[in-house]
Amino acid sequence: MLIAAYISVKAQSERFVNAMKSNIAAMDSSFRNPPSLLTLANSFERIGNAEKNQWLPFYYAAFCQVNYSFMETDKSKIDVLADKAAELIAKADSLMPNNSEISCVKSMIASSRMMVNPMQRYMEYGPVSEKCLADAITQDPTNPRPHYLKGQGLKYTPEAFGGGCKTAIVEFQKAMDKYTVFKPASEIAPDWGKEITEKLIAECK
Amino acid sequence: MKTALVILSIFISLSTQAQVKISGKMTDNKNRPLAGASVVIKDSYDGATTDSLGNYSFVTTEKGAKVLEATLIGYSSYQKNISIDTKDIVININVKELISELSAVVITAGAFEASDKKKTTVLTPIDIVTTASAEGDITGALKTLPGTQQVGETGGLFVRGGSAAESKIYIDGNLVNNFFYSSLPGIASRGRFNPFLFKGTIFSSGGYSALYGQALSSALILESTDLPERTEASLGVSVIGVGGGIQKLAKNKKASWGLTYNYSNLALAFAVIKQKQDYYTNPVFHEGDANFRIKTKGGMIKYYGYWSASDLGYRVNDIDSAQLRDAFSLNNLNTYQNLTWRENLGKGWKFNGGLSFSTNKDDISNELQDAANQKVVITNPIGYALKNFAVLSKSYYAQARVVLEKRLKGLNMIRFGSDYFHSNEKSIYTAFDSSKYTTIVKDNLNAIFGEADFYVSNDIAVKLGSRLEHSQQMNKWNIAPRVSLAYKFRDKSQASFAYGIFYQNPETRYQPALPSIGYAKATHYILQYQKTSNVRTFRTEVFYKDYNNLFKTGLDAFGREVATDNNGKGYAKGVEFFWRDKKTLKNVDYWISYSFLDTKRDYLNFPMSMEPNFVAKHTASLVVKKFVMPWKTGFNASYNFATGRPYYLIRYDNVLGENVIQDGGRTINYNNLGFSLNYLPNLGKKNKKTFVVYVLSVSNVLGQKQVFNYNYASMSNRKEAIGPTSRRFVFIGAFFSFGVDRTQDAINNNL
Repeated sequence: MLIAAYISVKAQSERFVNAMKSNIAAMDSSFRNPPSLLTLANSFERIGNAEKNQWLPFYYAAFCQVNYSFMETDKSKIDVLADKAAELIAKADSLMPNNSEISCVKSMIASSRMMVNPMQRYMEYGPVSEKCLADAITQDPTNPRPHYLKGQGLKYTPEAFGGGCKTAIVEFQKAMDKYTVFKPASEIAPDWGKEITEKLIAECK
Repeated sequence: MKTALVILSIFISLSTQAQVKISGKMTDNKNRPLAGASVVIKDSYDGATTDSLGNYSFVTTEKGAKVLEATLIGYSSYQKNISIDTKDIVININVKELISELSAVVITAGAFEASDKKKTTVLTPIDIVTTASAEGDITGALKTLPGTQQVGETGGLFVRGGSAAESKIYIDGNLVNNFFYSSLPGIASRGRFNPFLFKGTIFSSGGYSALYGQALSSALILESTDLPERTEASLGVSVIGVGGGIQKLAKNKKASWGLTYNYSNLALAFAVIKQKQDYYTNPVFHEGDANFRIKTKGGMIKYYGYWSASDLGYRVNDIDSAQLRDAFSLNNLNTYQNLTWRENLGKGWKFNGGLSFSTNKDDISNELQDAANQKVVITNPIGYALKNFAVLSKSYYAQARVVLEKRLKGLNMIRFGSDYFHSNEKSIYTAFDSSKYTTIVKDNLNAIFGEADFYVSNDIAVKLGSRLEHSQQMNKWNIAPRVSLAYKFRDKSQASFAYGIFYQNPETRYQPALPSIGYAKATHYILQYQKTSNVRTFRTEVFYKDYNNLFKTGLDAFGREVATDNNGKGYAKGVEFFWRDKKTLKNVDYWISYSFLDTKRDYLNFPMSMEPNFVAKHTASLVVKKFVMPWKTGFNASYNFATGRPYYLIRYDNVLGENVIQDGGRTINYNNLGFSLNYLPNLGKKNKKTFVVYVLSVSNVLGQKQVFNYNYASMSNRKEAIGPTSRRFVFIGAFFSFGVDRTQDAINNNL
C-alpha cells in the first residue's frame, strides 16, 4: 500500500514536471505566434490552479501573459492584459515571496502599462519598473535577467533621455557575464534571455 | 522494484486508454464567438483555450463527477457539473458580457472631457497649458474647441450663441462667481486660476447634468488635483512678473499643504509692447493661494483659498470729442475659499460635501479729462455728464452643497443632493454731481436635484435627472428635467443624445428687476456621434436651443437698465465637427474644430429678434503641436478663424417710444495665428531634482488686423473699432520646480 502511495505521489510530481517541461518547450516558438502565448498562459494557469502550491506555473503564466501584452497592437487592450498578468504574478508571489524572477516579471508588467502612453505614464510607471529590477538584483545577485531587462529598457529609451545603445550595452554585458555562470535551481526554473541578450549586444556594436 | 514498475506501467496504460474528448463552442449573449477564453476541468491540468471561432477541444483522463469552468475577462464566469465516463462530451457555453467601466458606453453629448485618466478624454491638462493661443488660460484653450466663440473684447466663455453670463464655472462642485478678472471695457480678461491646479476638466457646451443649474448655455466643471506626488518648491519668472510657491507632502503621504504668491506688473511688458491704452497706473496684481489636502479613511478633505489685489488705470481718447480723454481706473480685491470633503461610506455609498465663500470688491472710476490730464466736469449735454462716474461694488457669495451617490448593480448609480447659494451684491454709483445711488441685490437660492445612471448593457446607457430650484429674489420655483442617452455601435463608435431645460435668474446688473419677473429658460436638444481610438478622435454634434422668457429691459426711475419682463425669446442651432489625430504625422499632434452657428434672439434692449453681437456664423480652429525629442522642445501653433460679427447702435427713439437700430454692420473676419514653444532642458535626466521649462509665446504672429466689435459715441453715430490692446503680445517665462522628497532620490541613486 505504501508503495502504491509512494508511486502515485512520484507519478503526480512527474506529471507536474512533464507538463511544465512540455509547456516551457512550447514557449520559444510561441513568441513567433502571439495568440499561442495566450493559450500557453492558460495552460500554465490550469497547472497552477490544479497544484495549488507551486509558484512556477503562475510565474510562467504571468510571463507569457505580459509578453503577449508587449505584442498587442491595440493600445486600449493592454491595461486589461497587464491586469491579468498582475493577478497571476500575485499568486506566484504569495507562494514564493521576495523572489528575483518574480520581481523581473513585475517590472515587465509595469513597463507594459507604460507603453500604453509613454509620455504621460512615464512618471507613474517608470519608477515602479526600476524599483522591481532593483529588488530583483538584491534578491538574487547571480540572476542575469534583471540586467537584460534594464539594458532592453535603456536601448529603447531615446538618447536624449539618457538611453540608447551606449548605456544599454553596459547592462547587457553584465547580463552576459552572469548568463555564462548561472545555474537554474531546477530543470523547470526560469532560464530564458541568453539568446536575445547576445542578439541585442550584436545590434549595439 | 520490478513489482513497482509493473504497477506503474498498469497505471500508465490504464490512463492512456481512458481518454475522453470534451469540446464545444463558446459564445456571448449576442451569439458572437468568444476567442481566448480558458475552458478547464476544475482542479486538473486538462483544458484548452477557445480559438478565433470560439471553438475549444481537449482530451482528459479525469473520470467521474467534475466541474467544467470557463473564464474570459469581461464576461461572467461559467461552471457546469459534468460526469465523465467513456463517451466524448460536447458542451456549448454561453456567457453574458459584464458591464464594466472599461467597455461601457459613455454619455458624451454636449461634453468635452479633459483629464488624464478617463476614456472619453479629449484634452489633457498639459494640452490646455501648451495650446499656443491659450496663453496658459483654461478658457483660452477651450476657445479652440467647437461650440465656443472668439470674443476678444470682453472676458468670459461665449458658448453656442449664449452670452458670457449664460456659462458658469465650478471647482469641485462649487460655483466660482468671479472666475475671470474684472472686465475692463474693450479688453479681454482671463481666468484667475492656474491650469495646473486642475486634474480634470469637463467642458459642457450644452445639456449638462442636473447637479448644476443657473446657466442657460454651458457649464465648465473643474476638478482640483489631489495629493501632490512629492514635496516641491516652484519659482516662475516671466515678462509680466514673478511668483513662487511650495507644496509639501507629509512623510506618511496622507496630507499636504501648499502656498503660492505671484506678483505681476505689466510695466515692463507695456514699455516694450505698445498698448492702445495709455496706462498711468500700470497693472499690478498681487495674488496668493493656499491649500491643504488630508486623506481620510475613505476619501479626502480639500481646501483651496485664493486672494488677489489688483490696481490699474489708463486713458483713452474720448469717442465723442477730439480734445477730451477718459481716464479709467480699477482697483479690485477678490477672495475665494473652497472646502470639500468626499468620503466612501461603504456599501456603495459616497458622500461629497462642499462649502465655498467668496468676496469681490471693484472700485471703478471713469473721469473725463482734458489734454493736460485735468478733470473736466460737463453737466450738459447729459451724454458728457455721465462720463464722470464712480462705482464701488462689493459682493459676498456663499455656497453649501451636499451630494450623495449610491452604486447599484454593475455601473448603475443614483445621485441626489442639495445646493444652497447666498449672494449679496451692493453697488454704489456716484454720479458727476456727487449724488450717490445704492443698489443692493440679495438672493438665497435653494436647489435639490437627483440623477440616475442606468446601463442597460455595455452598449446602451441612460441618464435621467431633475433639478428643483427656488430663488428668494424671484420668489418662484422652477423644475427642470435632464435626459441623456448613449448607444455604442459594433465598431465601438458611439451616438449620444441629450435633452434638458435650463433656468437662470437675471444678471445682477439688470436688478432689482420688477417683482413679476420669472426665470429665463432654455431648452437644449443635442445629438452627437463620435469615434475615438487611442490616437484619433472624430466628433460631430448638431444642436438646437430654444430660448424662452428671456429678459427684456427698460429704464427704471434712476435711468438704470433693469429687467422688466420675460417677453424675450430666441433660438440657436448649429452643427460642429472636431477631429484630432496624434498618429498620422510623425510626432505631430493636431486638432481641427469647426462650428456653424445660426442664432437670433430678442432680449434686453433689442428692438426685435436679431443676431447678437457676440456671435459669428462660422468659427474654426487648427491647433498643431510637435515635440522634437533631440531638442527637448515642444512647438505649438494655433490658428483661429471666425467670420465677421454683427454690431449695432441701439438707441431709444423718443418719437416712436421704443428702441431702434440707428446704425450697424458686420466686422471683418477674425484671423489669429498664435505660436508658442516650450523648452525642457532637464527632461529625462535621471538625477536632476529640478524640472525647468522655458516658454515663449507670441499672439497674432502675422500681425493681422483684428476687429472684435465697435464702440459708438454717445452723442453721434461715430464709431470706433475695438481690437486687441496691442497688435501682438509676446510672453517669455521660465518656470522651475524643485523636488525635495528623499524617496525619489533613493530610487534614483540605487540604479
